[in-house]
Amino acid sequence: MKKRGAFNFSLLVAALAVGTVLIAAALSMTIASLPALRAFGLKFFFSPDWDPVSNKFGALPFLLGTLITSFLALFLSLPFSLSISILSGEYLKGKKISSLLKTLVDLIAAVPSVIYGFWGLEVLVPLVRKLEISLGVAPYGVGIFTASLILAVMIIPNAAALAREVIELVPSNLKEAAYALGATRTETLLKVTLPYARGGIMAGILLSLGRALGETMAVTMVIGNSNTIPKSLFSPANTMASVIANEFTEATGDLYYSSLIAIGLTLFVVTAIFGVVGRYVVNRMKIK
Amino acid sequence: MEGEILKTVNLSAYYGKHQVLKSITLSFPENRVTAILGPSGCGKSTFIRCLNRMHELVEGARMEGKVYLRGKDIYEMEPTTVRRKIGMVFQRPNPFPTMTIYDNVIAGYKLGGIKLKKTEADALVEDSLRKAALWEEVKDFLYKRGTFLSGGQQQRLCIARALAMKPEVLLLDEPTSALDPKSTARIEELIQELKKTVTIILVTHNIGQASRVSDFTAFLYLGELVEFGATERVFTVPRDKRTEEYLVGKFG
Repeated sequence: MKKRGAFNFSLLVAALAVGTVLIAAALSMTIASLPALRAFGLKFFFSPDWDPVSNKFGALPFLLGTLITSFLALFLSLPFSLSISILSGEYLKGKKISSLLKTLVDLIAAVPSVIYGFWGLEVLVPLVRKLEISLGVAPYGVGIFTASLILAVMIIPNAAALAREVIELVPSNLKEAAYALGATRTETLLKVTLPYARGGIMAGILLSLGRALGETMAVTMVIGNSNTIPKSLFSPANTMASVIANEFTEATGDLYYSSLIAIGLTLFVVTAIFGVVGRYVVNRMKIK
Repeated sequence: MEGEILKTVNLSAYYGKHQVLKSITLSFPENRVTAILGPSGCGKSTFIRCLNRMHELVEGARMEGKVYLRGKDIYEMEPTTVRRKIGMVFQRPNPFPTMTIYDNVIAGYKLGGIKLKKTEADALVEDSLRKAALWEEVKDFLYKRGTFLSGGQQQRLCIARALAMKPEVLLLDEPTSALDPKSTARIEELIQELKKTVTIILVTHNIGQASRVSDFTAFLYLGELVEFGATERVFTVPRDKRTEEYLVGKFG
């Protein structure tokens, strides 16, 4: 009995530790960002100026950078992740090639992001530059579009894995019911299987989005690190994560340092909001 | 004997190399209930799945022989057309949980992209639900999802869904095996009512059910058609020893 008590106690400690770490991180970030938030108030989020020389800090370019790259990446990756999940969860279900496909997709997630960054620099940047030249825009090569492309590849596995699983779990008796009513395979997929799996598919999409919002290394390497509001999809920019990674070591002034932490806090809050809202949406979409 | 609507000639079915049906030749009289009786695993379900081309959806499954609907070879028709003419109700009630009761009834049209006018759809929903003896119970909840219905009600919803396609033949694959005795009795009553408008083929391993509701009985054993005839005759003077043994409960 006593042994069991000690075991349960250690479980409790572990559980509490998780919560404590989260709260502690949020608290210390809040405290450290107070100087910046006090100095600029709400303007911190709406000012487009990020000027360390004159000690003026506004996070708007980075907020926009993060949201634009993440949603663009989501938009670009969805056709791929959905196709992959439908293919391996429905059409190739139970076949060897389906598990091969699953392994490949999981491998995409296993590649360290710095490698994506390098690949982006070596392969994507020259390609995007060519595209920019042919479109007649400034051929930076780096920028929002390149970062979104890299992100799109990186987040495919998150959505694909979850969506595949829920598509696989759609009861076969529902599909049989549809076939018995004279529905074709495509009609069954579109009107029975996918609607049934929509909660899980949505959850997968949100998981991808969460990953895109926070991704740092690869984005930092290809986004061009410009602290102005992006004027086009091809503009160099910065995301919240990339500006922190870029400028942390050179943040000499207290206000500069505090402003970067405030950006970190903002990123934390934005991700949390998407997480909570996402969970709510997913629950509403679940089939009871 | 009255006109036959559906006929199989030397129907054999396989899963991979395993043969589950052995050359079955059988005619189904129109507007009658024919019970396919036999112990579990004798191929009853496989047999009716060959009648609406559901068998071929299973990986590695194939069949030989012919099936004629009013003299036309169904294996030369579009499978989707066959399945609309020959409806099916399954062992476990399987209404679509993502659709309302109303949409479930006309699901065949929705899935197939067949447009119905609102008045047509309303009439079809009411008519089908009435035929399935469910209208009075659900008419106030038509736009709710059907998931709160009891198992028996869900099964009648599935019957309504099949009837809405105006099939010529309705295949019932052990439709009451997942239901309680009361719901079972209601479905059996309903089958009697339905045969006025549609030919019914009922798979069951329940001897009592076959004797209560069917006009004709086919006894299947180990993939073979052992005996076929008017239910009363099969039950009173079975010609084959195996039929007799099954009916008195020696196996099955």
